[in-house]
Amino acid sequence: MRHADDLANRARNRYFEKRRKVFPRQIDGSFRRFKWLAMIVTLAIYYVTPWIRWDRGPYAPNQAVLVDLAHRRFYMFSIEIWPQEFYYVTGLLLMAALGLFLVTSAVGRAWCGYACPQTVWTDLFLHVERLIDGDRNSQRKLDEASWGAPKLAKRLTKWSIWLIIGALSGGAWIFYFADAPTLFQQLIGGTAPRVAYATVFVLTITTFIFGGFMREQVCIYMCPWPRIQGAMLDEQSLVVTYKAWRGEPRSHGIKRSKDVSDLLPVGDCIDCVACVAVCPTGIDIREGPQIGCITCALCIDACDEVMKRVGRPSKLIGYTTQADEELARAGVPAKTPLQRLLRLRTILYFAVWAAIGIFMLFALGNRSRMTLDLAQSRNPVWIQLSDGQVRNSFTFKLGNMEERPRRFLVKVDGIDGKIWDETRAIEQAGTSLTYEVPADQVAKHSLYLAASEDGPKSTPILIVVSALDKEGGQAVGRAHFERPEQEEEE
Amino acid sequence: MANKKRIDPATGTETVGHEWDGIEELDTPMPRWWLWTFYATVIFAIGYTVLYPAWPMVSRATAGTWNWSSRSQLDAELKADANRKRPVMLALAQIPVERLSDDPKLMNAAVQGGAAAFRVNCIQCHGSGAAGGKGYANLNDDDWLWGGDLKAIHQTINHGIRYNGDRATRVSLMPAFGRDAILKPEQIDDVANYVLTLSGRSKPTPSSQRGLQVFVAQCVACHGTDGKGDRKFGAPNLTDRIWLYGGDKGTIIQTLTNGRGGVMPAWGERLDPATVKMLATYVHSLGGGEKFGPDQPPVSVKQNAAR
Repeated sequence: MRHADDLANRARNRYFEKRRKVFPRQIDGSFRRFKWLAMIVTLAIYYVTPWIRWDRGPYAPNQAVLVDLAHRRFYMFSIEIWPQEFYYVTGLLLMAALGLFLVTSAVGRAWCGYACPQTVWTDLFLHVERLIDGDRNSQRKLDEASWGAPKLAKRLTKWSIWLIIGALSGGAWIFYFADAPTLFQQLIGGTAPRVAYATVFVLTITTFIFGGFMREQVCIYMCPWPRIQGAMLDEQSLVVTYKAWRGEPRSHGIKRSKDVSDLLPVGDCIDCVACVAVCPTGIDIREGPQIGCITCALCIDACDEVMKRVGRPSKLIGYTTQADEELARAGVPAKTPLQRLLRLRTILYFAVWAAIGIFMLFALGNRSRMTLDLAQSRNPVWIQLSDGQVRNSFTFKLGNMEERPRRFLVKVDGIDGKIWDETRAIEQAGTSLTYEVPADQVAKHSLYLAASEDGPKSTPILIVVSALDKEGGQAVGRAHFERPEQEEEE
Repeated sequence: MANKKRIDPATGTETVGHEWDGIEELDTPMPRWWLWTFYATVIFAIGYTVLYPAWPMVSRATAGTWNWSSRSQLDAELKADANRKRPVMLALAQIPVERLSDDPKLMNAAVQGGAAAFRVNCIQCHGSGAAGGKGYANLNDDDWLWGGDLKAIHQTINHGIRYNGDRATRVSLMPAFGRDAILKPEQIDDVANYVLTLSGRSKPTPSSQRGLQVFVAQCVACHGTDGKGDRKFGAPNLTDRIWLYGGDKGTIIQTLTNGRGGVMPAWGERLDPATVKMLATYVHSLGGGEKFGPDQPPVSVKQNAAR
């Protein structure tokens, strides 16, 4: 039926294809309830997270999750990440990718079906639509009705609610990038930065369009995930499947009785198209796995309801694997889902995923919160001082990545010399320098080191920085003290 | 490559009609909204060509109704940057240079700005590392002909040395003892030998003993009886290891014969006062800077945040 429609559509104009309108019917069932749960959890995480407070003392923001672009800091509960530590985020992205591989190879496109924002917001918008326009049939009728006052009123109501949801979604996004309560007040008072309003506006419009009008078009035409995820499935993956070996041939319009089924070979499918009616992407699952199927499993709920009514075993549509299909066709009982989940591929994915996680935790636990970057000045390499001594200079950056000011002592090891820096006059040279570095900042200084000109051309030295508080800690930089070539005695 | 369009049974879509080793291509139609986005880009493009410079004409392209140009954008950005810096520049213009060290933040800003200004104005003679060269002072070391505190360095940059056209410029002259026939060549040789003993690079000889007589007669007025020089006259210290033109005997004879008188331009007449102060602060920060101004109490230098 679908093909006939499509062909007629394409015959009229083969350069483009009109969107086939989808009016999914409301359904209840175990998967629908799971989808409700997934929606509540994901939306709650999205809306609540920026409002969680986290005390970091007087020198850092007290928002639990904050992407502070202006100061280039990323806060996540007790973890603070500087730009040069972005590899932790890379690790998180790797884990997200591997997690997706794991889930996809185990249970197909579960991300698409339950957790993807496009799915969650489309689902939300669908419920709003049903609230205003009624279920599948009234929606269709209203769509075909001519534009009059009642239709206009309903459309305006629906679009307004969609816009409000869109604005709330866009509004929540910006709270991740600034102090949420402050920004909220500014937003209401009209004093928020222009980029905040622009972001809210853009996200409102995209939510409105993607959730209200584009819906499955996003999944089918715009999103790369379905195509990538398709490559991760194998014959062992549990995917939403119409069990054709049980359902075919369909018994459309045939009065089902024991006698009839003895006479005619009929399957369990009564061709009621309930599975098509509830599908949010408007596909027919009975045509087999396809790009349009986001595996939301609502067709399972719909079919189970019908099977119960006609007295047939449930799960004519269900999560099953291609391997199980072959077993079933051969008349062998299928393996349990657990046996399908635990296999080399999923275990390997999980092992790599967990290894990255453990490595990151280990690295986070052991990272140093004071840093020393040392660079030797090469222009010029050495300087002749008037008293015959030789001077080298270095540039160093002292990073205090903790949320409190700290004092550091800088000393030089491996040579007998005097040090000073660019803020001190040469008469103030001594054997050590102290710096107080403000909380969560980097101090950059020049270090001048003067020592006797007698000695090897290049002497290895250590620049040692020690923290002057009870927690202590040390950072050491390696360098060389360079001298001119010794002149021949005349 | 015969035209064999057919309907693919699996998808119900027509093929494009080409076939390569059994591989065919589906002629999947675009979704209609995609077509709309295409029309939207066309409309955007038309709007763009009206608002922005676009259509090539005989001498130049159309200007666009918004009169945008990359040059005016750069101007606006430079102006915005100057506005951003204005408070710092104003503060710098007002503060006496020797008091800069009281305000570490401002001092740090001055050092940063001075480094940039140095690269534009000073490296031609003093080198990008400020290490100078023959006749051009090395600004990293601790030897200063005219003084190495912040105020003295500022004075040198502001008014130059031996610079015609600046009344406050500091002037001195190393006479051309040989060229002007003040000393005989043998006497010059003797003085050179004596000067070499001052920094301990050669032992006293009869010639250097004779040179001492000449030195007392001709040189002590500026270089002092001990040869340690005098910053009032920009007379170099002859007992140390640093030689602006070279400390070997040949060069010293050359110096004695022809005299010296290097020129440093007065930057006060070319640069604004804030920039001159920034340059002075930067040069002072290179490691050779002396105490912060002669009349200042010793200052405890607080640390600056680099950010």
